[in-house]
This record gives sequence, structure tokens and C-alpha cells, in this order.
Amino acid sequence: MKLTLKIWRQKNAATEGKIVEYPIDHIEPDMSFLEMLDILNDELIMKGDEPIAFDHDCREGICGMCSLYINGEAHGPDRGVTTCQLHMRMFKDGDTIFIEPFRAKAFPVIKDLVVDRSSFDRIQHAGGFISVNTSGNTIDANTIPINKKDADTAFDAAACIGCGACVATCKNSSAMLFVAAKVSQYALLPQGRIEATDRVLNMVSQMDAEGFGNCTNTGACEVECPKGISLENIARMNREYMSASLKG
Amino acid sequence: MALDSKIPSGPISDKWTNYKDHINLVNPANKRNLDIIIVGTGLAGGSAAATLAELGYNVKAFCFQDSPRRAHSIAAQGGINAAKNYKGDGDSVHRLFYDTVKGGDYRAREANVHRLAEVSGNIIDQCVAQGVPLAREYGGLLDNRSFGGTLVSRTFYAQGQTGQQLLLGAYSAMNRQIGRGKVKMHNRHEMLDLVIVNGKARGIIARNLVTGEIERHSAHAVVIASGGYGNVFFLSTNAMGSNATAAWKIHKKGAFFANPCYTQIHPTCIPVSGDHQSKLTLMSESLRNDGRIWVPAKLEDAQAIREGKKKATDLSEVERDYFLERRYPAFGNLVPRDVASRAAKERCDAGFGVNKTGEAVYLDFAAAIQRYGNEQAYVKGLDTKDTKLVTKLGTEIVKSKYGNLFQMYYKIVDEDPYTSPMMIYPAVHYTMGGTWVDYNLQTTIPGCFSIGESNFSDHGANRLGASALMQGLADGYFVLPYTIGDYLAPDIKMGTISTDLPEFIAAEKAVKDQIDKFINNKGTHSVDYFHKKLGKIMWDKVGMARNEKGLNEAIVEIAALREEFYKEVKVPGDANGLNQELEKATRVADFLELGELFAKDALHRNESCGGHFREEYQTEEGEAQRDDENFAYVAAWEYTGKPSEAVLHKEPLVFDNVKLVQRSYK
Repeated sequence: MKLTLKIWRQKNAATEGKIVEYPIDHIEPDMSFLEMLDILNDELIMKGDEPIAFDHDCREGICGMCSLYINGEAHGPDRGVTTCQLHMRMFKDGDTIFIEPFRAKAFPVIKDLVVDRSSFDRIQHAGGFISVNTSGNTIDANTIPINKKDADTAFDAAACIGCGACVATCKNSSAMLFVAAKVSQYALLPQGRIEATDRVLNMVSQMDAEGFGNCTNTGACEVECPKGISLENIARMNREYMSASLKG
Repeated sequence: MALDSKIPSGPISDKWTNYKDHINLVNPANKRNLDIIIVGTGLAGGSAAATLAELGYNVKAFCFQDSPRRAHSIAAQGGINAAKNYKGDGDSVHRLFYDTVKGGDYRAREANVHRLAEVSGNIIDQCVAQGVPLAREYGGLLDNRSFGGTLVSRTFYAQGQTGQQLLLGAYSAMNRQIGRGKVKMHNRHEMLDLVIVNGKARGIIARNLVTGEIERHSAHAVVIASGGYGNVFFLSTNAMGSNATAAWKIHKKGAFFANPCYTQIHPTCIPVSGDHQSKLTLMSESLRNDGRIWVPAKLEDAQAIREGKKKATDLSEVERDYFLERRYPAFGNLVPRDVASRAAKERCDAGFGVNKTGEAVYLDFAAAIQRYGNEQAYVKGLDTKDTKLVTKLGTEIVKSKYGNLFQMYYKIVDEDPYTSPMMIYPAVHYTMGGTWVDYNLQTTIPGCFSIGESNFSDHGANRLGASALMQGLADGYFVLPYTIGDYLAPDIKMGTISTDLPEFIAAEKAVKDQIDKFINNKGTHSVDYFHKKLGKIMWDKVGMARNEKGLNEAIVEIAALREEFYKEVKVPGDANGLNQELEKATRVADFLELGELFAKDALHRNESCGGHFREEYQTEEGEAQRDDENFAYVAAWEYTGKPSEAVLHKEPLVFDNVKLVQRSYK
């Protein structure tokens, strides 16, 4: 395949960025999108140019490190995948592909396509945990049975990889789906109920402080989420938040 | 220097308890006067950071990723073992201990493995208390499944994403401590050297990967939890960023490196599709519970399949060779990883491979779909003779068990594994070798500890499935917090260690010099060019099967490649900012040394065991031939300036509790 890539280049956070065009040839449909960028980078290095910086690590769809806004979609045109699992067979010979960083006020650009998502970490610091000591002296794991349905629903929420596609795709740059997934996971488990009130208040307050926008129930986040995290989580978080506010 | 493993005396089942009863403790008020650096925040580093901070120590944690949640532990799929015996199928601490020692081909340290088995149950309790959503049965209790190399169901899991859930558990425990200010987290930082003051590890030199700044960090102890070195092969199941730098830098500063040649080749990975490939993707071993592995029985069928003239589903039962079930009837498709991997390679080498390159075997779920479908139809009172219905019901069950793995396979290969068998091939996965540690998890450098995959102690020559997660968390949550306290007890009045000491200045200079050299080199090839070349030498000559000739060649070739690398590598950009090529260059420099030691270790070990298969040493049936008389030891290498001149130290392995026998899965 022969493609035209239009890629966002930005030296660092303090510099203005722009789209630069790169032609590329000999791309096989079996290649992943990131392998295609590897090839481009190798060509750039050989020409004496700086390669394009982008985040990636596990390349099997689970670490959440890869990002990329491809032709106006977080993680590109395929559904239910991260960028590292996006394959070039999704594109056609002669295509022009726009590649940009995830854009949001709370995700400042570090360089080229790399953004800073540490705001997600800070939301977790505010309450994304159960306050149990790591002493190993906890009760036997089977002492508290958990309804399989609840455990499975908690797992579905916990499957969030924290990639930030929900934020990147939301017209308000809202982090509601991400935060709701964490709130839901703990809210559904008996171990997490004990401090549920404080948790939801603290996490939501940190989310606001980080500069994420509000949720207007557009649902784009659910569509673009590579792990299929459902909007039900947002509804659950809203219920949790409402009840916590009344108690609070 | 003589190796002292510091294994406590007494019966094996009492060692850990007695040890804990007699170590030095640090008063809670004094813990806040002690700083600990932890490099790497996966299962081992993350759990250690959380636990040590909770105990009261000041923890400084470092990871090269943008968040600890991205550590490669997150990609572990299948599960975590624990001797809970919830199933009542005969499991016990002793049996987990025994299976692990046997599975490791009798090259692990008994005392460490027993301790691992003892604390395994606690891990599950701890994780459930943290809100890790492990799989449940309908009655609300935890579910288990079986894994390769064992005859009991002792593996706890969270669909095919167990590593993710356990890591997020450790990450959440860390987050709690970060929120309290007890863990200072340094994301996007890479350790580039260890600082030793008066013979003790007292700090590290790290590069801030965003600003390029070289930083000095001091502490009373340094813990390396940086994972394995499988990326020395370039193609592996490891994350692209996984590297050996932290472990290798401490080796160069005096930590012995043990058994580097023990590398696990995982049997169920997605085969290589072309030269462009950047990494390999693992499919969980749990698939072997229900998937049957086969190749065509006749060479002409294999050839027809490779040429696209026949499909897998065209072959009848008698035209298939279920080679694992044939060779190992007792364990069948559930033989340990080294055995399964070699058997697949043997068939492919003999010409029975089923993909274009001839390097793939089938993993077939058709029988499982029928079996589950029949059961479901029966339970629901439906017609068990309705094939379409049975297939539909069976597919649903298989989907509920392995759905995410099947989806991953589909996305990568573009073939539906529900209707045509998956193709799999072995790939480099986990490294059992690593920094040598004593029973305290301390390296040969006082105050420098190594935990999780970065140390060598618990898996022997082959790691059984679902035991890596167990070891990472055991070390971090339950072992290191005791042993490091014992070490730190005399340091309570020491006060903060200054980073202005000459040792810090010298180490920083060495790091800066190396970086300047790369930036100013202006060579002719990219870093990846060298990494791929190294990987090819490693796979061809130091891979699944090794022989004396190939290993000797590899040693020479790697040394030559290293020389060429320093002359010809090209690192664009500058050092003062994010520079991913520079990051790769410093890592590949270390792989180019480690690879040579790896081959040297494989060459000296004149036996086959676990993941180390020397072609000269095999039984008549083609199984690994161990030599317990001459090689029942840990090979711990001391750096003396060049990998080729590393000095071998031996820690004899004593087996008082498990009898050394030929490993058989027949």
C-alpha cells in the first residue's frame, strides 16, 4: 500500500505544533498501525530527521499506553481495539491518514503525539483504592461470597485500561467514563462499599480540578472505548454521587 | 567471593516462620527516617512500594512508563496459583512447592520455593480485600482452573486479564500511599546507574525521560524490580519498553547475574507474520485447558495446507496428529511449557508446520465446543443431536471463558478462531534467570535487592504457568518487607544520604558521557537495526535449541555486533528532552552485553534442563537430559569488565525435600 500520512509534529509543550505530510510506501495489510509508524521512523532516521514520538508499550492492547487520534477517531477506525491492535488492512491503497495526539486541556502535549495523562493517576490518588492494609493478615478470600453477576460487572468496569480515548473523543473532554469505571468497580464489591461515599466525592472533585469537562450524555466515549466500558457506569456513578452528596 | 545463600536452618516448613521470628525489626517511628528506592512498579515493585510505604518507610518509586499502571505485568493473562485447596482436589502447600520445583527441572532453590508456596494463599486474600474482581462461581465463592504442569485446579483468574487486575490492585494500594505522600512516584524516569557508597547501595542515577535531566536520588536501600530481559531476542512477548538496563547496571557494579540462559519459550503465541513484526503476542496458556494441539499426520497434507490448497477443517480425525496427547498421555495438552514448546518445534522442523512459513501448529477448539454444547443442550433439555444448536451453545461457553483472547486473535490474524483452529507457535516469554539473590532477596551488593522477574530464585529452569504473578506479589507484599527491615535496622540513625557525595558525581558523569557519546556518534544505522540483528543471532543460535558450535559462533558475533554498534549507531535529536531513540540506544547497549553472557552461560551448561535445551544432551526420545551430578547448581556470573570474561561462581543446589528424578509427564 502507498499512503499519505499527515502527522502532528510538536517539539515540546512550549512550542507550537503543525501537521507535516509524509508519503509512505510498501505497507502490508498484516502490519499494525504502530509497525507502520516504526517503518516511517526508520526512514526518517536514515534521512537524518527526527523520528515521530508516540507512546506505546505492550503492543497487545492491554497496557493502555498507545494513544493516537487517527482520521478524527481515538485509536482509529476499527471498533473495540487500541491503536497497537489496529491493522493496516483497515486502510486502502492511496489513503491519506491524519494522525494527531489525544487533545484535551487535561492531557497536555509533551512532544509530537505524546501527551501527559498523569491527571488520570491523580484522580486515582484521590480515592481509587480500598483502604486495606497490605499486611497479608486479611480474612480468607472466601469469607465474603460475592454474587457472580456483581463480580462480573465489577470486572467489566475494572477492565478499563486508562488510555484516555474517552476523553479524547468527547466533545467536552470529559473523563466521566474513566472515573465511573473505577467508582463502579469498587461500588459493586462489598469490600469497596465501606468508603464508597468519600471515594466518589473525592474522585469527582479531583476530576473537576484537573480540568476535564462535563458529561452531556453524548455517548461517544462508549463508542470509542477499546474495552467496551459501558455508559451504565456513568449512570451508576451519578447515583453514587447523588446519594453521597445527600449524605455528605 | 563465596556465595552465601543465607538459607535458614531447620525443617523446610519451619524456615520462614523461624526466620521471621528472629530478624531485626525497625521501630515504626524509625521507619520514617529510612528511604527506599524501588525501580520498576509492576507486580513486584508496585506491591513492594505500597507495603513498605504503609509500614512507614519513605519510598521513592521509578518507572519508565507514563504511569505504574502500564507495567508489563498488566499483560499476564491466565492466572495466579495459590495453595488454597478450595476445590478439595488434593492441593496443599507441599504440593505447590513440589510441582514448582519439579516443573523448574530441579534448578530452583527449595527454601525460596517453599516460602512462595506458603504465602501464596495470603496473596489471594490480600487481592480480594483490595477489590480485585477475581472470577466467581455461582455460589459466590472464588473459581479456579487448571494450568500446564499440574494435576490440580489451583489457578485463580480474572477472565484472560488476571495480570491486569492484580497489577491494578497493587497500583491502587500504591495510589493510596502516593495520596498520603509516603510514596513519591517518578513516572517517565529511567534508572541508568547504581550508586555505591562504602560498599553499600545508596542511590541511583536516573534520567527524566521528558526533560532529559539527569537526576541523583539517594536512599538507604535500592530495590530492583525491573522485570525480565526477554527483549534481548528483539521479538518476544514482552512490552516494547521492557529492558534489562537496571538489572544489568547493578551487575556491572557487582551484583552477580544468575542463570542468564534460562529463558522460557511460551508455547501458545501468535506466529510471526513477516519481517516488519515488532513483537509477538501471547495467547494465554489457559487455552490449553480446552484447546487440542495438532498438526497434519501426513506431510503432503501439511504441504497442501501451507500452499492454501487445503484447510484445517478438511482433515478428518485420523488425518490429524494430536502430538502432545500422543506423546504425553497423562498430561496431554497440559504438559509444562518447555515440553509443549519443544514438541511443537520438533513437528515443525520435521515439516508438519501449518502456516506459510511452516512455523505454526493448530490449537483447536472444535471438540470443546461440541463437548460444552452437548452438556448445555442436555442441561436445558434440548436436542443434543441438533449439531447447529449444539455448536451454538458450545460456542457461547467457549466465548464466556476465552472471549477476549479469541477477539485478540481475530484482530491480529484476521481469522475466526471459533470456526477454524488458531495457529500458534512458541515465542520468547519469561526469563527465569536474573540477578542472583540470597534468601533475603539481596544481591551480592549489600543494600541492593532484586525482586520479581528480575531475580532468579524461584522458578528454576522452567516457569510453570501462573507462577510469575505469584512470585512478583509474594516478593513485594510478603517477603521483602521482612527481609529489608532486617537489613535496615542498623541504619536508623544514619540520616538522609547526601547526593553530593563523590560517588554520585562520578556515577552521574559516567551516565552523561554515555549519552553524549550516543548523541554525537552520527553513525549509519538506527538502534533497531542493531537490536534486530542481535535478536536474530539470539533466536537462531541461543533460542529454543542450542549447541556448542552455534553458541561459540554467537559469542563471537555478538561481540562484533557490539563493536559495530558503538561505531555505527545513529541517535537523532538531542539529550535535553523526550528522545525515544536515545532511550532505546541505552537499553540496546546493555542487551548487547547481556546477550553475550547469556550465550556463555548456555555454552558452559553441558546439560539440558527446562527452557535450556542443548541438542547434545537429550534422551533417546528427544527429552531434555539433565546432569544432576555436575550441574545441580546456580551459575552466578561476576562482571569483570567484559561479558566474555565474566567469572563463574556456583551455588550448589541442595534438594532435601524433593527427590531428583527424571521429569516425566507421560
